[in-house]
Amino acid sequence: MAQHIAQAEGAAQSGALGEDLTEAGTTVASACVDSGGSAVGMPQLCGEWFPNQIFWLVVTLLVIYFVLSRVALPRIGAILAERQGTITNDIAAAEELKLKAQEAEEAYQKSLADARTEANRISEETRAEIQSELDAELAEADKRIAARTAESEKEIAAIRESALDSVRQVATDTAKEIVALMGKQDDAAVEAAVAERVKGNDR
Amino acid sequence: MAENTEAQGAAAADHGEGGGLVFHPLDQFIVEPLFGDGPIRWYTITNVTFWMAITVLCIVALLVWGTRGRAQVPSRSQSVAELAYGFVYKMVEDVSGKDGVKYFPYIFTLFLFIVFANFLGLIPTAFTTTSHIAVTAVLALAVFLTVTVLGFVLNGSKFLGLFWVSSAPLALRPILAIIELISYFVRPVSHSVRLAGNLMAGHAVIKVFAGFAAVATIAPISVLAITAIYGLEVLVAFIQAYVFTILTCVYLKDALHPSH
Repeated sequence: MAQHIAQAEGAAQSGALGEDLTEAGTTVASACVDSGGSAVGMPQLCGEWFPNQIFWLVVTLLVIYFVLSRVALPRIGAILAERQGTITNDIAAAEELKLKAQEAEEAYQKSLADARTEANRISEETRAEIQSELDAELAEADKRIAARTAESEKEIAAIRESALDSVRQVATDTAKEIVALMGKQDDAAVEAAVAERVKGNDR
Repeated sequence: MAENTEAQGAAAADHGEGGGLVFHPLDQFIVEPLFGDGPIRWYTITNVTFWMAITVLCIVALLVWGTRGRAQVPSRSQSVAELAYGFVYKMVEDVSGKDGVKYFPYIFTLFLFIVFANFLGLIPTAFTTTSHIAVTAVLALAVFLTVTVLGFVLNGSKFLGLFWVSSAPLALRPILAIIELISYFVRPVSHSVRLAGNLMAGHAVIKVFAGFAAVATIAPISVLAITAIYGLEVLVAFIQAYVFTILTCVYLKDALHPSH
């Protein structure tokens, strides 16, 4: 109703201003547009366009609202939540892996230290064993050497004894011969003298 | 009506002395039927319908088609959509508080409509739907009514505490209450006029400079001026959408937490 009245008013005004109501056969059906197609006043204040704008605005807003609330927002929200979840999970996994790596390093260091002490122990043991074996061998060798030495000494002593005997014999024989050559025959005295002499030499 | 007649007179005078220099800076705001010449009824398909439909298509393109990949590592359009989502979501959360988040789809709808309508209006020869007070008034009234109803539903009579500044001296409170009441009811007016006024003024000024471009001697200056103002308008298009949205959040906060 109001629209019609506004139209009528507009038409009346146009008429009053002496403008043509028609141009190229078309009726100017608006109070807000003059015959030349220009705006009359501010188009923003043209009441007869309000219902149209409001209707289409409401339709537009409803469509946008439904598209957003039914499709777009749940989807974007899900994407963002999923991404957040992935990031959180990844960070947690990374943290876990870091811990594991630390543990592994600790275990490695520990086993390294263990191996080192074990190696030390084994080498120490081996060394001690070798040392004891060596000692035993040395003792054995010493004993053998001592035995051999004693034997040798005995032999040497025997040889010396026999050599001394031989010397005494030779000396006695020689002395006897010499005494015989000089015409005397006193074997016992020669022998005693040689023994005396050899003893003295011995000393 | 008097205003109309006056403007008409001015228009007529314009036509009379026009010559080479004819300004019709407001003709870009005329609503006209898309098909035929008939009268504009509430259901007529007009340029308003056309540009609002394009707004909807752009929004669907960005937020639905753009995010079709649902990728963990977003494509360009998806990251723009996520950026817009995050921008408004954070705004609602920061300004209105955690319990304001359930009104986020509503506020996001307003923001997207305004920002896309503003930017589409910057296309030369386009019709700017948000430059019309009828459109912004509906948006602002919807916010105003929603917030007021929500305030009373959620807080009951405690919502009136919004107007009773309990931190002020007792003698001042009634005066402050009147001021608060007036400012509360002025909200939808300023809310809507700010948006429509900014856009309309910018577009009209561009058109005026475009009119000057017909005169050869000042054409370069006028083209430069159009370029500069266009740049400014790009800023205004976003800032006004932002301002409208953040004010909506502020009003919503008042409804959710009416105490000062």
